[in-house]
Amino acid sequence: MIELVWLIPLFPAIGFLFNGLIGRWFNLDKRIVSWVACSALGLSFLLSILIFFSLLQLAPEARAAVPDRILFDWIVSGELKTVIGYKVDPLSIIMALVVSGVSFFIHVYSVGYMHDDPGFTRYFAYLNLFVFMMLTLVLANNFLLMFVGWEGVGLCSYLLIGFWFDRDAPANAGKKAFVVNRVGDFGFLLAMFLIFAHLGTLEFNGVFAGAHALGPVTVTIITLLLFVGAAGKSAQIPLYVWLPDAMEGPTPVSSLIHAATMVTSGVYMIARCNLLYTMAPVSMAVVAIVGAATAIFAASMGLLQVDIKRVLAYSTISQLGYMFLAVGVGAFSAGIFHLMTHAFFKGLLFLGAGSVMHAMSGELDMRNMGGIWKKTPITFWTFLIATLAIAGIPGFSGFFSKDEILWQAFSSNHGYVYLWLVGAVAAGMTAFYMFRLVFVTFLGTCRASEEVKQHIHESPSIMTIPLIVLAVLSVIGGYVGIPHVLGGRNIFHEFLAPVLGGHPEGTGHAAFSLVQSAFASGGAAEGGGINMELVLMGVSVAIAIIGIFIAFYLYIRKPEVPKRLGERFKTLYTIVFNKYYVDEIYEACFVKGTKRLGTFFWREFDDGVVDRSVNLVGGLMLWLGRLLRRIQTGRVQGYALGIILGAVIIIIFLIR
Amino acid sequence: MLSSIPPICYLIVSALIFAIGAVGVLVRRNAIVIFMCIEMMLGGVNLTLITAAHYLHSLDGVLMVFFVMTVAAAEAAVGLAIFVLLFRGRGTIKVDEINLLKW
Repeated sequence: MIELVWLIPLFPAIGFLFNGLIGRWFNLDKRIVSWVACSALGLSFLLSILIFFSLLQLAPEARAAVPDRILFDWIVSGELKTVIGYKVDPLSIIMALVVSGVSFFIHVYSVGYMHDDPGFTRYFAYLNLFVFMMLTLVLANNFLLMFVGWEGVGLCSYLLIGFWFDRDAPANAGKKAFVVNRVGDFGFLLAMFLIFAHLGTLEFNGVFAGAHALGPVTVTIITLLLFVGAAGKSAQIPLYVWLPDAMEGPTPVSSLIHAATMVTSGVYMIARCNLLYTMAPVSMAVVAIVGAATAIFAASMGLLQVDIKRVLAYSTISQLGYMFLAVGVGAFSAGIFHLMTHAFFKGLLFLGAGSVMHAMSGELDMRNMGGIWKKTPITFWTFLIATLAIAGIPGFSGFFSKDEILWQAFSSNHGYVYLWLVGAVAAGMTAFYMFRLVFVTFLGTCRASEEVKQHIHESPSIMTIPLIVLAVLSVIGGYVGIPHVLGGRNIFHEFLAPVLGGHPEGTGHAAFSLVQSAFASGGAAEGGGINMELVLMGVSVAIAIIGIFIAFYLYIRKPEVPKRLGERFKTLYTIVFNKYYVDEIYEACFVKGTKRLGTFFWREFDDGVVDRSVNLVGGLMLWLGRLLRRIQTGRVQGYALGIILGAVIIIIFLIR
Repeated sequence: MLSSIPPICYLIVSALIFAIGAVGVLVRRNAIVIFMCIEMMLGGVNLTLITAAHYLHSLDGVLMVFFVMTVAAAEAAVGLAIFVLLFRGRGTIKVDEINLLKW
């Protein structure tokens, strides 16, 4: 069964080709298109589940040592030998499950959401292509194939952000995403070159087996460059600016690509390279600090946004910051755990937002909403569940994953108390802005226009069923990782331990790492730490509840207070409302400078040097031709004279 | 009798005929006359070939002459056809007036 792993990405690829070529060409019926697209994903999801269970059959040590499924040689050139090969281990199969599962439900949802769009077939072709690329990314067994997936998802992200390319805003947002991602990809590429230069291979197994031979400086540079790539794709400071704009795409796209899957690939990549990172404590610290900074910075920007999708976008950036905080303090499996639960509840939040837009005739500004919970009960309740999950209320999935990250930030030997503090404050902000979103959107009085009010209705069941499924997952998703302190076994960590348990000294041997990780996750609590863990858990829950309470007070009890506060702290309010003017600063520093540089090279170098030298050669030839064409008199006898004279000269030379 | 004339005489005659033809090609303006001059040049060459064949006791030269005559005949047919058409189109076959093929 495990050998069939290559089929997982193949199904969406077939779906893409079918919809993209045949479906578009023959204008196939929407039913056929959606059936092909969804069943391709369904098959991938099913196969992922089957492979997951056959992996479970193996002994824990054997799970990480499943031989790669190599299909064929891809690039063989000198020392470089790259294959198309897929890797099955606990990490990649968890990712494949999350990606194919969430994608499947979002595909189903999209059938309802995009039903009246003229680009229906194109949409599903892109979406299938995206899933193909994403699965290639997570299942690849070498850096180069991973990079193909990495670029592929970037391309699909660009195509889908600019899906409504006839309008300016989406087209520009797509361009912005693409360009910002280039910066990150540059780092990824350089890291790949360095790895190849030092180790002579790009296959994960070979790289991680040979990694101990690398010097500390080399490893630090490689891991920092990889992190640049991750920061671009996963929207971390300073490369996060593209993600809020990416909300111009269709809402299910925001849900799938810009919340659940693609943006988490940076976290996956760092977790995959955990061996390299544990060898480079400096890089770990950078990752953790950038993660924590992003978590709080983005959360603060989310506080005052009025566009529901943008609130969710900043929330996504902030949650991605948490994941980087986790992997930065060495809690790789906690990062992946949060990645998974986040995929469930953030995917659900976006789908819920889409459902709200559907009900509100496309309205995005929450100031024009309110009180719609009675008319859209399923959307409301599922949205509320996801909000409780993201706020970290005990019993919901987000609680387990977020608290584990905070605890690791505090207690791990890479951790630091201030990292915990930043994370906890950001958690409070998260609870506040998410409940602000719920209160303003669903509760209170309706501020929509009469015309819109008439049309408020619950979405069709093809959209609400995915909401319900994801809501269930948002609740139960956390129960695979109940921490030891609450009497759980943390099955999730045990499952991932063969891959992610590696310590700085870890040699990659599964059994060795397993012991080490058991020591790391449970043993970190030794020496009276268990109480500490409970205390911190209580503190973070309390912070979350305070955040919710403030939101309740400000937006339900005293709706006039926020306005007064805004006027009182006008400067601060304006700065935060305008997202700290980061976009404007970037515009002034980088965009303008680059444009000026580009104009300079265009005017001075391209026009002045390249064009001029080309024109010079052309002009020279023209002049020569003008000179030589005098010979062509058009008189046949002149030519004949030439021929004869030539012949005479040749003969003279020959007989001499 | 024939062998009593030294070959150089034949060669001089043929060279003379060839040269007259060549000069004719260069100086005459009427296309048909030019054509006749070309035929003259071919005749000169043919004479050389026959001479060589005779004095070398080989049939190669004679064979060559047949080819030259065949080509000349074909060429005359095509050439005359071109001149007829040219005359119809432009009302003249003076080559110095037919000078479209220039810059």
